Amino acid sequence: MEILVCVKRVPDTSENEISVAGDGKDIQRDDLVYSVNEWDNYAVEEAIQIVDRAGGNVTVVTVGGDDSEEILRREMAMGANNGILLKDDAFEGSDGKGIATILKAVAQKSKYDLILTGAQADAGAAQVGGMLAAMMDLPYASLVNKIEIIDDKKLKIGREIEGGNQEMNEINLPCVLSIQTGINEPRYVGIRGIRKVASVEIPTYGAGDLGLAASAVGVAGAKVKKIDYFVPVLGDGAEMLEGSNEEIIAKLIELLKAKGGLK
Amino acid sequence: MAQIFAYITYKGSVADDSALELLAAAKKIDAAAKINAVVAGSGADLNAVCTAMAASYNEVWKIDNAAMAYPNAEVIRKALVNILPAGSIVLMPHDTFGMDLGPGLSIKMNAGFASDVVGIEGVDANALKLVRQEFGGQVSTHVTCDISGGAVITLRPGSFQADESKSAGGQVVDKSANAGDLTVGRKFLEVVAAEVGDVDITKAEVLVSIGRGIEDVENIGVAQELAEAMGAVVSCSRPIVDAKWMEKSRQVGTSGQTVKPKVYMAMGISGSFQHLGGIKGNPFIVAVNKNPKAPIFQVADVGVVANILEFMPELTEKIKEM
Ligand SMILES: Cc1cc2nc3c(=O)[nH]c(=O)nc-3n(C[C@H](O)[C@H](O)[C@H](O)COP(=O)(O)OP(=O)(O)OC[C@H]3O[C@@H](n4cnc5c(N)ncnc54)[C@H](O)[C@@H]3O)c2cc1C
Ligand SMILES: Nc1ncnc2c1ncn2[C@@H]1O[C@H](COP(=O)(O)O)[C@@H](O)[C@H]1O
Repeated sequence: MEILVCVKRVPDTSENEISVAGDGKDIQRDDLVYSVNEWDNYAVEEAIQIVDRAGGNVTVVTVGGDDSEEILRREMAMGANNGILLKDDAFEGSDGKGIATILKAVAQKSKYDLILTGAQADAGAAQVGGMLAAMMDLPYASLVNKIEIIDDKKLKIGREIEGGNQEMNEINLPCVLSIQTGINEPRYVGIRGIRKVASVEIPTYGAGDLGLAASAVGVAGAKVKKIDYFVPVLGDGAEMLEGSNEEIIAKLIELLKAKGGLK
Repeated sequence: MAQIFAYITYKGSVADDSALELLAAAKKIDAAAKINAVVAGSGADLNAVCTAMAASYNEVWKIDNAAMAYPNAEVIRKALVNILPAGSIVLMPHDTFGMDLGPGLSIKMNAGFASDVVGIEGVDANALKLVRQEFGGQVSTHVTCDISGGAVITLRPGSFQADESKSAGGQVVDKSANAGDLTVGRKFLEVVAAEVGDVDITKAEVLVSIGRGIEDVENIGVAQELAEAMGAVVSCSRPIVDAKWMEKSRQVGTSGQTVKPKVYMAMGISGSFQHLGGIKGNPFIVAVNKNPKAPIFQVADVGVVANILEFMPELTEKIKEM
């Protein structure tokens, strides 16, 4: 099975405090730790496991800048066979549809039996997979947490729905699936694995190579545009306990007693 | 202004809670508009939902088809593309169904798409101004969505105050005949129910809930000791289950359990909306997190900025001394 997995380089939210930059136009990008989008890492692991069972190749692709090459190499160190970087100034400011348009162009350069995306990335949009499928007229399922191969025409898949229940479907190949975390246990990638793929060539394509009009992507093609970032105010906010640890704990125990938190 | 349609999801014969939240959101887009609803499905339940929705929506467009007895988003998308007028604005909840339907629908309608919207700030010359969040809720953004060719918008459940006015006096319009060809490449088979675990966290009055801040499976004992001292039960956020450190039945959130404790101790949990969606009944929430900007502090009652791996043992010690 030839599998294409779409991956994105994102600031790692468990490692970083994300704050708004001075002018509100962006987040503070200095000193951010980046990694591959968590969902995409599960998608790559799943693709590798499918190829281990059924044969074929895993190709990882990203739309990004030069920095994004590092996540392609990381996923290749995991076991993906090929990487493709899609890079062009014209891609900047793309909305979800723009990203899907770029990915469609590369997906059509070869024949893939299966295209995987993550369920969502850093902006929590959860849009690119479903858009890509609709543009390519392929069947789609989101939040997939189980994949079984029935034959070379069909998969049996599980979708995670509310309450941890699972919706089983049969889906025709080729298709696009967005992958939910927990579907597998992504393998560990060590420094040595990364070194091994350090010199593998990664082809880079721009709008011209993909036959994309600049007006279809980037800011020019975007119906959705970001205006600014700001700090959300959700509720009244917590009463922050301050002082020495002893004072904090004494106060907390008092509150817990009052609220029925201690038996 | 374009026609606005709310896509109503339902279970049994009862509309989802989102049904009247979508109405409230639609009125924020256009206060003067007559808002319509679309309900797709099959049989008696569908009819009951349509009738109920007519109290709140101007026209309720019913699509009755045996192929929709289970809401297969691929099938429903095809019907909507055939039935909805070009340029419509379609609202739906940002849940596991809306995530399945919305993005592809926007492509087929050639419309704008914005997802997981938490606020609507009005329209200025075809630019609909919306509020979203990024990075797990750590920052918010304003975005504009060009609605000149219509739009599909998914709304975060619970973000809009349901419009209970029931003052539309609307009618049900049967559009089933217009659904068109519904052949798709995905077939629904069955729903497999979540496994029942050893402990029922939904019954617990006090929960010590751990998130990715626990850092290592070896550290879970620290939370267990605190829970024991408090007479509480240990629950967790999703990454702990994904890592197979705890059973799925311990997971709090939209894709896990809905809990209603008196006291909820969020230890090293950032406070994503999917996690908070599983906490009901307005418990007293204590949050301990090393990041002072963690969104959990906005919804907690009391907060402590600390390393949970140091804080929890100290708290356990002090409770035991009592
Ligand atoms: C469709 C869908 C359904 C989902 N359903 C659920 C669900 O049901 N339940 C759920 O929980 N999530 C769910 N999620 C995932 C959700 O979006 C978040 O990814 C998840 O809730 C984050 O869990 P967390 O807060 O433990 O981890 P993170 O967001 O990584 O937060 C970890 C926090 O711990 C803090 N921290 C780190 N180390 C320490 C330390 N030593 N001491 C103190 N603090 C520390 C960090 O500052 C951070 O705030 C779902 C996602 C999707 C797409
Ligand atoms: N810039 C990108 N390059 C490659 N894939 C992407 C990119 N942005 C999003 N994706 C894919 O689309 C999925 C969903 O992202 P989103 O729709 O942005 O939430 C991600 O998990 C990736 O698989």
